[in-house]
Amino acid sequence: MIKASSKSAFRAWLDRRTGLDSLLHHALDEPIPGGAKLAYVFGSGLLFLFLSQIVTGVFLAMYYVPSADHAHTTVAYITKEVTGGSFLRSIHAYGSSAIIIVLLLHLIQTFFYGSYKGRRELVWLAGCVLLALMLGMAFTGYLLPWDQKAYFATTIGTNILSEVPWIGNGIKRLLRGGTEMGTLTLSRFFVLHVFLIPACIFAFVAVHVYAFRKAGAAGPPKKSPISPKLPAEPFYPKQLVMDMGFAMLIIVALGLCAYFWPSELGPRADPSDTQFLPRPEWYYIPVFQYLKYWHGSTSLIGILIIPAILGLLLIALPFYDRSLERRPWKRPISVGVFTAVFVSLGALGFVSHRQDMHNPGVAAQLQRQRNDAAQFMQAKFEPELSGASLATKSTSAANTPVEQGAAIFERETCNACHGDRGAGTAAAPKLIGVGKKYDAVKIESLLRKPNDKMTAGGMPAVDLKGNEMKALIAYLQSL
Amino acid sequence: MSTQLIGNPAEGDDTDRRSFLAGLLAAGSATVGILLAVPLARFTLHPLLARTTEKSWSDVGNVAEFQNIDSPAKKLITIEQRDGWRKIVLEKPVYVSKDTQGQLIVLSAVCTHLGCSVPWVEKENKFICPCHLGMFAADGKLIGGPPPRSMDRLETKVEGGILKTQYQFFRQLVRDKEELA
Repeated sequence: MIKASSKSAFRAWLDRRTGLDSLLHHALDEPIPGGAKLAYVFGSGLLFLFLSQIVTGVFLAMYYVPSADHAHTTVAYITKEVTGGSFLRSIHAYGSSAIIIVLLLHLIQTFFYGSYKGRRELVWLAGCVLLALMLGMAFTGYLLPWDQKAYFATTIGTNILSEVPWIGNGIKRLLRGGTEMGTLTLSRFFVLHVFLIPACIFAFVAVHVYAFRKAGAAGPPKKSPISPKLPAEPFYPKQLVMDMGFAMLIIVALGLCAYFWPSELGPRADPSDTQFLPRPEWYYIPVFQYLKYWHGSTSLIGILIIPAILGLLLIALPFYDRSLERRPWKRPISVGVFTAVFVSLGALGFVSHRQDMHNPGVAAQLQRQRNDAAQFMQAKFEPELSGASLATKSTSAANTPVEQGAAIFERETCNACHGDRGAGTAAAPKLIGVGKKYDAVKIESLLRKPNDKMTAGGMPAVDLKGNEMKALIAYLQSL
Repeated sequence: MSTQLIGNPAEGDDTDRRSFLAGLLAAGSATVGILLAVPLARFTLHPLLARTTEKSWSDVGNVAEFQNIDSPAKKLITIEQRDGWRKIVLEKPVYVSKDTQGQLIVLSAVCTHLGCSVPWVEKENKFICPCHLGMFAADGKLIGGPPPRSMDRLETKVEGGILKTQYQFFRQLVRDKEELA
């Protein structure tokens, strides 16, 4: 029994209602064979980052509008006008890069420690799904600001789908909401980014964590993953302190980057631009470079078959690598292939950067794009003129002659004396029913040459061109 | 239920150390949490703290056309307003009238009571608010009813024979005219 004296009455009551103590006990006293290690901080670091993305994302959505007409304006508004907007958006944008980095560290740690072995297939599978979902989040989120680089990078990104035989074009059109990029594409990406993918991430995080706790922590690589003999240390306090320290490190790093190097927004997407050189975010650069090597009849091998094989090899790892040996130096083949793939991706990224720098035309264009973005960031925020505004309704755009006439009636300040809608004022008589009294010809002649009584009352001659005069008369007759 | 830790038998000292650490961690997380909440709060409160509507001059009409009015003339003026990230152009009704010295004045048509639009009622020769029957004279002076003050006069100037005014919003239900940002 827990000593009643060491617990407040409220906590005791809460625990009886919720079982909070046993939950906490279960969470905090998780046994870690071999003790707490810094190597184990990446999983909770990812959880923390995901939480940070949710919080910053929800707040950004307070000002963001997912439409091709307004998306760029609203992001510019967040960045340039809203207090702390640039900071928050930068935390969110850099947070996506941080997630990819920590995800890779988590994957590398798990792989080298052989922590996927011994009844941990579900942990691994859920982890692979989460990796794909996170890459999906990065891809869909990238389009939302609707600036030049977002638009063109996503155009290319979705075009790659066309390489998939039979169904590729269909998937591309489904994703874009049509054959071309447009406002429907933005809506779909928004829904994926904000509702669908996060919902899947919640579900798979639950599976991942549950399956992990069921199998238990694997401990250091020299031990059997199923029944580690090392003395266990509870998660709390040492591992928790390490995890929280790592989370602090992440938030401080993100905060510093966001403060000193705020994330840029480029000029609004201009689909007619033929010069723009799209470059994806750094984590997609290796793939971008890789795709350059495949064209013509072999492209199917490079773009579909090789990635599919590599993906399958990764996903199925705990199913074919069944030995309980976890020490990396005793598993040269799997460790070798894994390292080779990672080094190749790094090399591809490096080659891409080198090619961009060494091609003078490309380097100059990329520099121009950076300058354009910097210039746009310097410019003052321009509010968007609302389509419902009066200023956008010119008399010529009005639909019917009566509507045009109403606009002219106001423009010529007839309403100053004759009142709104010709209701009449102290200065001049009402015009309601004037159409019954006089025909169009008589009205026009009175307007052009007011009679003596009218002139004495202050009525000026109205000199309008044919169409405008017709419209004004139509309006007067409608009163 | 047992408090005994897996692989780490609880002793009196250890329990104390653990609860002290728990307190420290809780306090630390709370501090960091509050620090992180500051930019979020500032972000959320932006529209309330930032002045978004700039005052600008709108044309009311030719001074000449108001010279011989003997009752308030309603005019629709065009004003430009900031609405978050967009700019809207809209019309607001104002009344051009004369004060006791016969000088042209421009009155906001917004009732000082609860913000209804006040019309000029010709046959009663006064402004009568349709909502709660607040009554004002031709120069906007409060005659009767629930409004706390007279109708609000807007700043005016004459440029090149054109009467111009600066449209503004004022707080309702207060005795003294108080400009709203």
